[in-house]
Parts: sequence; C-alpha cells; structure tokens
Amino acid sequence: MPLVQKKGCRTDQSAAAAFAVNAVLERNRKSMENLELQKIANAVRKDIVTAVHSAKSGHPGGSLGAADIFTYLYFEELKNIDPANPSKPDRDRFVLSKGHCAPGLYSALAERGYFPREDLVTLRHIGSYLQGHPNMNDTPGVDMSTGSLGQGVSVACGMALSAKLSGDSYHVYTLLGDGECEEGEVWEAAMFAGDKKLDNLTVIVDYNDLQIDGTLEQVNSPLPLDQKFAAFNFHVINVADGNDFDQLRAGFREAAEVKGMPSAIICRTVKGKGVSYMENNVGWHGKAPNDEEYKTAMEELEKAGEALCQK
Amino acid sequence: MSEVKKIATRESYGNALVELGRKHDDLVVLDADLAGATKTGIFKKAFPERHIDCGIAEGNMMAIAAGLAATGKVPFASSFAMFAAGRAYEQVRNSIGYPHLNVKIGATHAGISVGEDGASHQCLEDIALMRVIPGMTVIVPSDDIEARAAVAAAYAYKGPVYLRFGRLAVPVINDNPSYHFEIGKGITLREGKNLTIIATGLEVESALEAAEMLAKDGVDAEVINIHTIKPLDEELVIASAKKTGRVVTVEEHSIIGGLGGAVCETLSAKAPVPVLRIGVKDVYGESGPAVGLLHKYLLDGEGVYQQIRAWL
Repeated sequence: MPLVQKKGCRTDQSAAAAFAVNAVLERNRKSMENLELQKIANAVRKDIVTAVHSAKSGHPGGSLGAADIFTYLYFEELKNIDPANPSKPDRDRFVLSKGHCAPGLYSALAERGYFPREDLVTLRHIGSYLQGHPNMNDTPGVDMSTGSLGQGVSVACGMALSAKLSGDSYHVYTLLGDGECEEGEVWEAAMFAGDKKLDNLTVIVDYNDLQIDGTLEQVNSPLPLDQKFAAFNFHVINVADGNDFDQLRAGFREAAEVKGMPSAIICRTVKGKGVSYMENNVGWHGKAPNDEEYKTAMEELEKAGEALCQK
Repeated sequence: MSEVKKIATRESYGNALVELGRKHDDLVVLDADLAGATKTGIFKKAFPERHIDCGIAEGNMMAIAAGLAATGKVPFASSFAMFAAGRAYEQVRNSIGYPHLNVKIGATHAGISVGEDGASHQCLEDIALMRVIPGMTVIVPSDDIEARAAVAAAYAYKGPVYLRFGRLAVPVINDNPSYHFEIGKGITLREGKNLTIIATGLEVESALEAAEMLAKDGVDAEVINIHTIKPLDEELVIASAKKTGRVVTVEEHSIIGGLGGAVCETLSAKAPVPVLRIGVKDVYGESGPAVGLLHKYLLDGEGVYQQIRAWL
C-alpha cells in the first residue's frame, strides 16, 4: 500500500509518511491550495486532540482554534525554515507568546517534519521533549521558551530589533491570546515595537473571545484590540474569520507589504474549532478529553478529513 | 599620604562597556530611562546605534534582551537593582533563566548605599532573588578594577549573568599586579587563623578595616573577597572555615538569602562551624547620605568590627 494514497490524505500514521507528505508539500509550496492546507490543519487537529488526551491535561481549545494559523505559518508563511536545520540563522522566527497552545505548535512542527508525529503522545509526560509549555532547548523548531503570558511578544520585539541591528532580513511572528492582551507587558512591547518602527514584526492575535474565567467582557475586556494596536503605531489588519485560509493569506500578504511600522493581525477564531462539543465552550480551555470524548472528537475529525479528501 | 582613589562601580560598568563595545560588534546595551544613572550613557555616547532605550518598562526590557540573545547578540540590560531583579524578576526567571539565554544584567544602585532615595530604591533582596534562579551567575564586584574585570568576564562567559553595582564611589582596593579575576574564584586578601571574614561588594573594604581593628585586639582574621556569589567558591570557603573554625559574612544586602545564606548552605553540609551573618537585618532601608547609612546600619569598618567583637 502506498504511503500516500492521495495528496494529504494518508492512511499511514508513520513519521515516514509525514516526511513524504512534507516533501510533496515543499515542492508545491508556491502553489499550495487551500484544500491542502485544510487537510494539514485537520491532521494538526487530530494530533492536538491525541496529544492532549494522552497527556490527560493541556489546552485543546486555543490550540484547535489556532490550528489554521499554525498551519498557515508553518506551511506557507515562514521563510527559510528547514526541519532538518531548525536553527538556520536566516530563518523567520515564530514566538508562541500564548505558550499554553503548545499542543498546536508541536502538532504543526511534527506535521512539518521537525520531529516524529508519534512522539506527540509523550506531551507533558516525564522526560518528554514536549513540555507543557514550549522550551526552546528541548524541542526542535521552537524558537523561544514561553508560557508566562505577555513575555513572548517582548522577546519577539527583541528578535526583530536584533535583525534590524545587524541588517538581517528575517521576519518575526508572534501569536498572542486575546486574554493575554490583559497583561501590561503586551502594551509595553507594543509601545516599543511602534516606537522602534519594527516593520519586520507581525503580531497575530488569536481573538476567540474566551479566557479561563469566561468571555473577555465577563473577565476584564482588552477590547477594542484593533484600536489599541493602532494607537501604539501598528498597521492593523482585522481578519473576520481566522479559520479561513483565504482570509488569513490576505491578512498576512497585507502585513508583508507594510513598511515603517509593525503589523498586528487580529484573527477572529472559534475556540475549539473542529470538535463540535469544544467549539466556543470555555470549559475546554485547559481540559483533556476522556476516552469517550476523545473517541467522539477523533470520529468527527476523521469524518471532516474524509470530506476534504472527497473534494 | 595621597588620598585613596574612589570610583563607583556603576561608573566602571559604563567604562567597561565602551572598552568591550570597541572590540565586539555583537555587544548591545539596553536601558530603561536611567542611562545617566546606570552609566550606560557612556556607552550610548560612543555607540548610539547599539544603545537601546526601552523606556520605563523593565519587564519588557528583560524579555527584549532575551530576544536579542536568542538571535546572537550579547545584550547588557541595565537598570537599578530594584527594578532589574525586583520588577522584572519573572521575565528574568522565565525568559532569560529558563532558556539559559546569554543575557547580562547590569544592576546598579544596589543596597542601602543608594542613599537619599530611600527604601523604595534600596534593593536588599536582589542577590537572593537572582541566585535562586538555576544557571544564573551572580557577581558583586568590590571596586573599579574588579567591576571592569567582571564585565569583561561576563561578556566572555556564555549564559545569563547578574552583575551588581553600587552608586557610591568606593576606594580602589585591588590595584596590585597579582590581581586576577575569574568567575567563581574567591580571593584571599588577608591570611588569618582565628576567624574568617567573607565579604562581597563594598563590604570587602569594611571587612579589611574590621580585620585591622581586630588585629589590634589580638584576633587574627582571614579576609576573603567573594565577588562571585554563584557559583560560590566552595573549596575556598570550606578550607578557610576548617582552618579558623569561625566564619563571618558581610554584605550590603539582607542577611537572608544573600552571601550569608550561600555560605551557610555550603558550610552546614560540608564544614559546620558557627557563622555570623552581617548585613541588613531583615528591615527596609531609609533616606540619608550613603556613608551615614552604612554607619547607622553597622556596615562600615567600625560597625562590622563592633558586631564581630560582640559575637566573639
């Protein structure tokens, strides 16, 4: 049986299959169709649910909601990245400021070929290189250790400034949570990025309107985010559906054209996207599915994957 | 007799940065609106393009330094000890310490010798806060010569380093040809057999003065300068403790968790002897001239001597 029956629709779960798929994807990078991205995002979602289920803890909601952003970044946006050489000096950097969505990042990295997908089930296990929150010294492809909210965006500013100082052309991306924007440091960083005109920095906000204690407004709303970033001298792009690749692409392409100021792409997403009972349900911010729930989630995602393969 | 040359270690820090900046293009300096006071302004004048003012946002500055280090620069992030170690503690812990990034923290205005600004600005906890971070090197230079050597050594070392400097001009005590600075290596300044005085920072001078006074009383004190609190020169500390049987630690820091804590942690397991910890006794400082405060808090030579006499 061939490893790959149809592009992106694999039946074999081995790392070899992932690498084979990645090789195909790399060749077709320039012309990658949304359908292919959707298939990858679907695989990323299955990986997220599987990893968190195995860990018996973790953050599936935000990871699933941002799965399309992770997929877009690692399969279309980030330049000069190479899973065989994760610390390539000229690579674009990605800092997961909302570090609790590590399962989403790890799954995208595994799909991209940084490490075997099979290892995702070691998430949060003792001795695993897949820590509960990302650690750059443990995991290939992780550009910064994060987890304490608000700090990653500052680090991304430092990386972008570093490129400016030495005339390097790499770009720096960071993904923030909307609730994370309640941290004062986010705005210290925004002030810095605006003041230093870091046009090689793109801040992405995963705007799903849910945080641990409820909706943004039920907790301590940081809204309006777009006006705030604009006031800090960012070029602001609102993406109405951050789970749609056409809209994501349009947003990132607009950001790439901006000169003289950093960009903020505020992506409206559905927390828990792809697993019906998790969607828009704050209860799934930081909870693992039990065996029954895992089965249901995987069935839904398998079905969604099959539907994509029929297209 | 000519007057002893005095210079504040923060001044040494600024001067050393310029010297290193000339040799190393990857050295960058960050400040949080205190370049005049931390003396990174000296570097700014020489290399304006490599001096980044982050404004009054120390937490952000530390994480920016982490980003610079993660992409190959050697950042020296500077502020007062209170804000570098206190305000930005968690950024230092999580974004610098945990990933073991090559960031140097230049913390000036440590201790009560900040003087008139008072307790809010007199950081007496920074050694404790920094040395509890795994992998963090903590250095407290005693004078201009040691401070400049420490900055150069911190640059050469790969990993996070916390450098503690003072505001007060202090005498140059290490101007001898045999002086050699090495991270983690203490220096025996005076041999003795009755007790060991282990001091750090500007208290090294006070310890030497106290030892002179003790000598007049017939007490032969050994004086050790521990400029690197972490990693502690355990070999030297243990050997001296075993030789004299009594140890006094002296620091311009809380008696909890600083040099005294580090020495006791080592000796309690490996060479248990009575230890007197001299420092600020779990209280906040206050406003006043630095020299007057050091006297009031029994941290000048006379005060250290009196405390040791009372203990013996």
